Amino acid sequence: MVQWSAEEKQLITSIWGRINVEEVGGDALARLLIVYPWTQRFFSNFGNLSSPTAIINNPKVRAHGKKVLTSFGDAVKNLDNVKGTFAKLSELHCDKLHVDPENFRLLGDILNIVLAANLGKEFTPSCQATWQKLVGVVAHALARKYH
Amino acid sequence: MTLTQAEKAAVVAIWGKVASQADAIGAESLERLFSSFPQTKTYFPHFDLSHGSVQLRGHGSKVLGAIGEAVKNIDDIGGALAKLSELHAYILRVDPVNFKLLSHCILCSVAAHYPNDFTPEVHAAWDKFLSQVSSVLTEKYR
Repeated sequence: MVQWSAEEKQLITSIWGRINVEEVGGDALARLLIVYPWTQRFFSNFGNLSSPTAIINNPKVRAHGKKVLTSFGDAVKNLDNVKGTFAKLSELHCDKLHVDPENFRLLGDILNIVLAANLGKEFTPSCQATWQKLVGVVAHALARKYH
Repeated sequence: MTLTQAEKAAVVAIWGKVASQADAIGAESLERLFSSFPQTKTYFPHFDLSHGSVQLRGHGSKVLGAIGEAVKNIDDIGGALAKLSELHAYILRVDPVNFKLLSHCILCSVAAHYPNDFTPEVHAAWDKFLSQVSSVLTEKYR
């Protein structure tokens, strides 16, 4: 089981409480699709993804980004059982969505960059370290049921 | 994966700002690297890696200085970093996986310092540029 120190839990929940999930989620997913264009392969039904501007303003991208980050919030609320929390989602990503787990790592890193942009100096090295751990735990949990 | 003209322009533009704080951003990027990915400290057993250490600052300055050289010679990064490439291949032999980790931490530092300039397009250009720098530094490994 993943161990979280009191300080780590505090860092996670305090930052989570301060971000706008819709904005950060939308920004993170848009950046994933822009910075790593091959990830667009999963979103052929999203309409116009032809340029960074199109992607940023695409309502389906924004909505899906919000959905993904809202779900990420389940990890924040269940830090002591992230594996159990994402068991069903893991199966879904494997069996129905066919997403290479490498994409979870890519999105996790993009999320941390977006947090850095939003929080500036407050996203200190030790803050980042805690969040790198968290995105790693989430990525691992989402990949766990793959077969 | 080669940089387009637009991407080169985006890299050069933000470098103008980063250069003014190169030492601080370099040190901060290394600090982020060692905090988030402690295994990277194994390459620096001889260093004082505490916050504000002279060695950290000095080395951060070196790293960002090299990146600055790559920016100045963005049409021939291979040529500009040829000596550094040999150093990493034959002497330092840092495992290639670590270049991605440091690149990520540099992006975090730049995003934290210049959020308004770090648009998705600039982010993409820098990610690609650092990936190219990493390729050059590892191209002589075998």
